[in-house]
Amino acid sequence: MSNLFNIDIVNPEQSFLSKDNVFEVVIPAVEGEIGILKDHIPIISFLKPGIIRVFSESEEQSFYVEDGIVEFKDNTLSVLTSSIFDLKDADKNFVSESISSAEVELSKDNIDDQKRFLLNHKVEVLKSISIN
Amino acid sequence: MPSLDDLRKRITSVKSTQKITKAMKMVAAAKLRKAQENAEKGRPYSEKMNNVILNLSKSITDKENSPKLLVGTGEEKVHLCIVLTADRGLCGGFNTNIIKKAKSYFEKIISENKTLKIITVGSKGYDQLKRQYKSYIVENISFKESKNINYFDADKVGKIIIEKFEKNEFDVCAIFYNKFKNVITQIPQEQQIVPLNEDKDDKDESGNDNDYEFEPDEDEILSNLLPKNISTQIFKAMLENSASEQGSRMTAMDNATRNAGELVDRLTIEYNRSRQAAITKELIEIISGAESL
Repeated sequence: MSNLFNIDIVNPEQSFLSKDNVFEVVIPAVEGEIGILKDHIPIISFLKPGIIRVFSESEEQSFYVEDGIVEFKDNTLSVLTSSIFDLKDADKNFVSESISSAEVELSKDNIDDQKRFLLNHKVEVLKSISIN
Repeated sequence: MPSLDDLRKRITSVKSTQKITKAMKMVAAAKLRKAQENAEKGRPYSEKMNNVILNLSKSITDKENSPKLLVGTGEEKVHLCIVLTADRGLCGGFNTNIIKKAKSYFEKIISENKTLKIITVGSKGYDQLKRQYKSYIVENISFKESKNINYFDADKVGKIIIEKFEKNEFDVCAIFYNKFKNVITQIPQEQQIVPLNEDKDDKDESGNDNDYEFEPDEDEILSNLLPKNISTQIFKAMLENSASEQGSRMTAMDNATRNAGELVDRLTIEYNRSRQAAITKELIEIISGAESL
């Protein structure tokens, strides 16, 4: 029996990625990373900045996402996100720009703890990308 | 009767107008294809978003405490209307149709003694509405600079709406745009986005009892999701609008080109007739002059 399922990543402008041969996807959900295998219980969650890792039989792909919603149902994982890019073609300038804009945002006083946490996290992830 | 010279000038001027409308039609046709493609590509996102929200709202039991963006403020006093139009003219009835639809809604609101607030997106809508409804317009947004419609712009509008909602500046929010049916037909639409109108038809729970696991809980997801949904709806409307605009412009310019062609034909006949008349007149003059000698 196959242990594969489908993944659809869509952003507002277009369908970003659609595969039907993945066996594991790791998503950076807001309360911690979730690894999803076939026949996972239906779940709805949303994402924090992080890396989505998609494991298919032949390859492993990684994408950076900023936010989004995930839904898993009937062995289809749908990821709705407004900002995503493939780590392979990450734009160095874009990454460093994002870091600095997040840091500017962090230095403001009027942000609440949750936002501060998310921004800190975002900076961390982006920095790890720019090192690689 | 206009002189030959006048006629000739008019024919040339109509012909050059025709050239322009023809070129505009071609450009619109090319842009339409792209806009249509974009609209199609954007569809899965908004569909999935709707699905998720539907599933979420189904599983919410405590309606009282659910986010206000979903269930409304409980009042219907202040209406916020977002009118999405184009930034350019020369596209047939495109802008006028949206405005007409919006105006009838405005009249209804005013006659019911409710407060009306208007946000116009796109300069043409602002131009047409400012004469009559200037005092109601709270904001005028235009994306003339952005070449393509992008989510970033839609998000900006969405954020303005959310901000106003959080400040309790309105109770009900509706958007107006043209839905793209095909190149010839665009249907002006009125869509309520706050509170979210659930389609009653989808309500039959035929075996759709998916027990979702939520992480974190439903309320938190919803309050995170609903603002996004507003931006998504705006974005969808903008995509539909841009496809409609190009379609409408294409038909309008096609008609204009055809009309110009007819006009040129008519003018040419008139020109030939008066030329012929002039020749005949000259001949008669010569002959009668010769006869009198």
